[in-house]
Amino acid sequence: MARIQIIVIIINLLFLLYISKLIVKGRLREEYAIVWIICTIFLIIFSFWRKGLDVVAKLFGVYEAPNLVFTAFIFVILIYLLHLSVVNSKLQNNIKKLTQDMSILKQSIEAEKEKQQD
Amino acid sequence: MPYKLLIIIPCYNEEASIAALLQQLLQLSLPGQFHKTIAVVNDCSKDRTAGIVSGYPVVLLNLPVNLGIGGAMQTGYRYAQENGFDLAVQMDGDGQHPPAELHKLLVDWLQTQANVIIGSRFIVKQGYQSSFMRRGGIGYLHWLNKLLTGIHVYDSTSGFRLFDKKAIAIAARNYPDEYPEPESIVIFSKQGLTIAETAVVMQERQGGQSSIRHFSQLYYMVKVTIAIFFSFIRKNSKHG
Repeated sequence: MARIQIIVIIINLLFLLYISKLIVKGRLREEYAIVWIICTIFLIIFSFWRKGLDVVAKLFGVYEAPNLVFTAFIFVILIYLLHLSVVNSKLQNNIKKLTQDMSILKQSIEAEKEKQQD
Repeated sequence: MPYKLLIIIPCYNEEASIAALLQQLLQLSLPGQFHKTIAVVNDCSKDRTAGIVSGYPVVLLNLPVNLGIGGAMQTGYRYAQENGFDLAVQMDGDGQHPPAELHKLLVDWLQTQANVIIGSRFIVKQGYQSSFMRRGGIGYLHWLNKLLTGIHVYDSTSGFRLFDKKAIAIAARNYPDEYPEPESIVIFSKQGLTIAETAVVMQERQGGQSSIRHFSQLYYMVKVTIAIFFSFIRKNSKHG
């Protein structure tokens, strides 16, 4: 086993450990963790199976194996960014509704208080 | 029974002009069949706007987080809906919309019974007409609205507008966040509301800053075009 393989495998395992820790502590929601865990598993598979990359590249008809890695990862990252934008839009909508509700509620409470004082 | 009218004033850092506007509005006498309430939506101002407004007998809605003009206006519409108002009028907090002009919107509503009445600067060319660049943009929006909805709205960026109950209900459910004026016209006309325009005279702002400033004008056009387009192709019912 080449030295780089060992390094990559160790880093991957550490990464996986870190993700699990985040989930356990409740700082990362499971639905967002899925992508990260799948990515890590892929990396681990290919760091054990060195020939795998060439095999998959041939399967897709890509001449240079590294190009396949770049293309695939950029695609995955773009999709994930889009997903995050969707999540962000949803959050923004929720915050807007809550803020509006809160201001209206506060106003009605204060109006009620004033009525009682009179 | 008198019509309950809510005057919604969205404010962001308007300490310079809000007091004068509120004073004018409180003194304003409307035709007898209208009963007015004033609601100021303070969009998390950093200056003394909230303090100044709380000294007046008006409804003060303080947003704990800055939502932008659309979110602030929608707060007013939601308040209007929850409290059973018949009419709501949007008025800018910077003194661009003279309270005396409100009369014209109400008279027009009594005559036409349209769901939305827009106070327009351009029907009778009088008063503040905006800069050359901005008029070009407004011309473009007029064209875009006509293309998509088939109705003529000359001053689609005017924030001076009167909504009836039906329009309030729609705006309370679905109102754009940023630069809401042109886009909301598309939303309303898709829902089958009638939109009328009436001539008003506007003034240059008395203080504060426009929500649309120099560099962001191009962004404004792009954003509004996209928003209008997607409001046009969006299915009616959902969203909100």
